This record gives sequence, structure tokens and C-alpha cells, in this order.
Amino acid sequence: MHLEEFAEGESFFHRLDPRVKLLTLGPYTAVIAVAHDPVVPLAALVLSSVMAVVAGLDRKKLLNRLAAVNIFVLMLWLFIPFGYPGEELFFAAGPLTVTKEGIVYVLTITMKTNAIVVATIAMLGTSEIFSLAHAFVHLKAPGKLVHLFFFFYRYISVLHEEYSRLRRAMKMRSFRPRTNMHTYKSYAWLVGMLLVSSYERSRRIYNAMLCRGFSGRFPVIDHFSLRKHDIIFGVLMSTVTITFVIILTLS
Amino acid sequence: MGQLINIRNLSFGYSNGRKLFNGLDFSLEKGERVGLVGPNGAGKTTLFYLIMGLLRPESGEIRVFGRPRENERDFSEVRQRVGLLFQDSEDQLFCPTVEEDIAFGPLNLGLSHSEARAVVRETCKRLGLNGLEKRVIHRLSGGEKRLVALATVVAMNPECYLLDEPTAGLDSRTTERFLRYLREYADTYIIITHNHEVLKNAADRIYELREGRIEPFSL
Ligand SMILES: Nc1ncnc2c1ncn2[C@@H]1O[C@H](COP(=O)(O)OP(=O)(O)OP(=O)(O)O)[C@@H](O)[C@H]1O
Ligand SMILES: [Mg+2]
Repeated sequence: MHLEEFAEGESFFHRLDPRVKLLTLGPYTAVIAVAHDPVVPLAALVLSSVMAVVAGLDRKKLLNRLAAVNIFVLMLWLFIPFGYPGEELFFAAGPLTVTKEGIVYVLTITMKTNAIVVATIAMLGTSEIFSLAHAFVHLKAPGKLVHLFFFFYRYISVLHEEYSRLRRAMKMRSFRPRTNMHTYKSYAWLVGMLLVSSYERSRRIYNAMLCRGFSGRFPVIDHFSLRKHDIIFGVLMSTVTITFVIILTLS
Repeated sequence: MGQLINIRNLSFGYSNGRKLFNGLDFSLEKGERVGLVGPNGAGKTTLFYLIMGLLRPESGEIRVFGRPRENERDFSEVRQRVGLLFQDSEDQLFCPTVEEDIAFGPLNLGLSHSEARAVVRETCKRLGLNGLEKRVIHRLSGGEKRLVALATVVAMNPECYLLDEPTAGLDSRTTERFLRYLREYADTYIIITHNHEVLKNAADRIYELREGRIEPFSL
């Protein structure tokens, strides 16, 4: 499943207690997000990159994801540096002037974005979605929200599986997309079938849950237990986050 | 009253199609091991769904454990005591790992975590699933999924099994293991299968479902 492409592995982050991850990632990203000078984002970017290396993330897949995010950042680069109030830089293209402050500002945003995304992938991406859902349960998140999270994921992956199955079935019979009516029609069937069969499947899954005594509450079997490396990591991350806060308040 | 399931004058048809059953009668006694055969599309799976209350009949009576079953409340008791193995295991398994899926039922029945864990261990041992507990379900093979699906039913310790083509897609050794399990631990069940070998081994009586009626059948 493409949603969990980083979840398999044996790194430090894969073994980390998901509760610790959730608890430490929140404040960490929050501090990065509110930082207004480039120092904290730069430090965070370096730290997040270290995390990515420790988590043993597949470089190609990671860059793919970052590319998607940075398309938006690129748009900022097209607009903000021009006309941002501040000291004019070496060149002025007609009415457009690039300012030093403008560049620093966009650079800060770029570093913030990438630091947050990389840290999130390194920490949350390395847990199975279900252990994250479990972690939410253990952290006393509202049950309804957790169910929503769980089923949302469940249905997305069902939809994706159906889609791949149908695509395979089409390929097996030598379907090749072209620009003609046959192609459009086949894609329309594909989408229609996807909707119908996913709906039917979700109903059957619900039936199966009923047959096993489901009454609206999801039981959790695996209990997490904090181990030494979880605590060490928690303390480390908290120290870093607090340091960031101190730097921010001093500057 | 040794009658576990008693169906009288049952009529049912899917909303869009012809009538599948029109006045069907059927009963299952405690301790009976019944084989059910019938052509594709005869309505065997549908009959199981009706017994479990996943579909509701148009008319007729379904008695399970000696009591008429009509509403959701009645059937939720049936579902705790009758175990349905779905024709398609993909539909039956919805938890992330084998262990969690097997434990889902027992936990719903109110067992504690350590009890549920013990049930999981015992079930895996009986079915020869040791070593599969921590595996992620959607990465199992078709036959492995089938066995895990059976395990999820077995873990609820039902008094009666409804088995919808349980051995389809199993190799001969796994089929043998499955039949041995039935012989040792299950005394009342209905098994739908197209496999004569399995029928000979696992069923004392065989019925055929054809054109909306159930009749005795001999191999
Ligand atoms: N959800 C549904 N809506 C409408 N018709 C259905 C539905 N499910 C099954 N049917 C129809 O009801 C009939 C009986 O289906 P059922 O699945 O019970 O057959 P079956 O005896 O189990 O067949 P098989 O041996 O192929 O498993 C079939 O003709 C089928 O097309
Ligand atoms: Mg069937």
C-alpha cells in the first residue's frame, strides 16, 4: 500500500513507541512553525535530516514526496522576494526589486516546510497507521475521532486495492489507453466499478464485524510499553524543543 | 428440542431480482454435520446470511437455538453463538495484524486482554498457524488468509459453524489439516463445498439447494 511505504523497516524510529512520537512531534513542529528568524528553522532542518537518515528512509521516495510539497514553496519564491519591504539587493529588474529581507523570508519558509515534512515522515511515516490509531486511543483521544481515522484509512486502502485489481484485470486483457471512445468508456467503467465494488465490500466488511460481535467499540490488544530508548528519545526531543523556544524568546 | 436451526416457509429475493427462496424449509439438529451443495447462484451463501441476520426474509420464520429471530437484538445473540466463515476471506479480515484480527471477536465478547491473548495462542496452535500471529494481514497469501479467517471464527468458540466453501483454494495438506480440525473440535456445522472428497470426509448428511428448495442429496 502506497500510504505506508516507509512503515516497514527496523530502524530506531520504527521501534520507537508511537505515543512518544505523537507527543514529541506536536510541540517540535509547532515551534518550527512559529519561528520568525532563520536560525531555528535551519537547526530544525539539519535535525530533521539526521532523523531521516537514522530512520533509513528510502532517498528516492522521500525526495518524491518533498518534490510534491516544494512545488507550492516554489510558487512563493516566484512572488515574495519581489517587492518585500527592505534593503534592495544587487539587481533590480525594472519595477521589480528583490530585497534581502524577502529572500530571507522565503528561505525561512522553505526550511520550515521541509523540516516539518521530513520530521513527520521520519517519525510518523515509520509507524503503521494502525499503531498510530492505537496510540491515539492510549492517549485518550476521543473514540469517535479515532474510529473516523481508522475507517478513513481502511476505506482508502480498500479503494486503492480495488483500483489496482481492476487495472490489472484490464491490462491482462491487453488494454492500452489511447485517445478514443473505447478508452474513455473503459475508464468510465473503471470508476463506476470502483464505486460500486468498494461500497459493496465495505458493507460486507461491516457484516463481518457484526458477526464477530462488533458493537461500536474497537478493542485494542497490543499495549505499548515504554522502554529505555523511548524515554531517552522523549527527553532528547523535549530538550531540543525547549532550546528552540528559548532561542525564539531571546531573539 | 435439540434443534439448533429451524427454518420454516422462508421466502426471500434480492430487491432487484427473481425470488430466490419460496417456502423453503430446513432444520439442523445439535451434533449434525451437514453438507450443502448446489449450482452456482442457487442461493447457498444467501441462506447463510439469512441465518445470521445479515439479510432479512420477506416472510417465514427463522428459529435459532429454539427461539424465533426477528430483529437486530435477536440476531446479535445468534452471531455470538454461530460462527460464519465467509466465502471470501478478504471480507472477513479487517484488522492490521493476524493476532488483532483473531482477538477482535473474543474482546468483543468481553474477554480480558490476557484471556484474549491466550485464545489467540490456543487457536493458532490448533490450526497450525504458529508464527503467523504478528504478520500483517494484507500481505498474507490466499490460503493463509483462509486459515486466519477460520481462526477468527474458531476463536469465538461457536456452538455451530456455517462454513462457506472453506477449502476452496487450499492445498491438499492444508485441507487435510482443516478437516482434522473439524473432526476434533466441531460437532455441529453446515459446510458448503463443491469438493466431493471433503463432503465424504466431513458430512454425515448432504443436502442440495436447487431452484429454491432443499432436498437430500447423495454423492
Ligand atoms: N447483493 C446482491 N444483490 C442482488 N443479487 C444478489 C446479491 N448477492 C447475490 N445475488 C444473486 O443471488 C443469487 C444467489 O447468490 P448466492 O451468492 O447466494 O449464490 P451461491 O449459491 O452462494 O453461489 P456460489 O456457489 O457461486 O457461491 C445469485 O443469482 C446472485 O446473482
Ligand atoms: Mg456462495
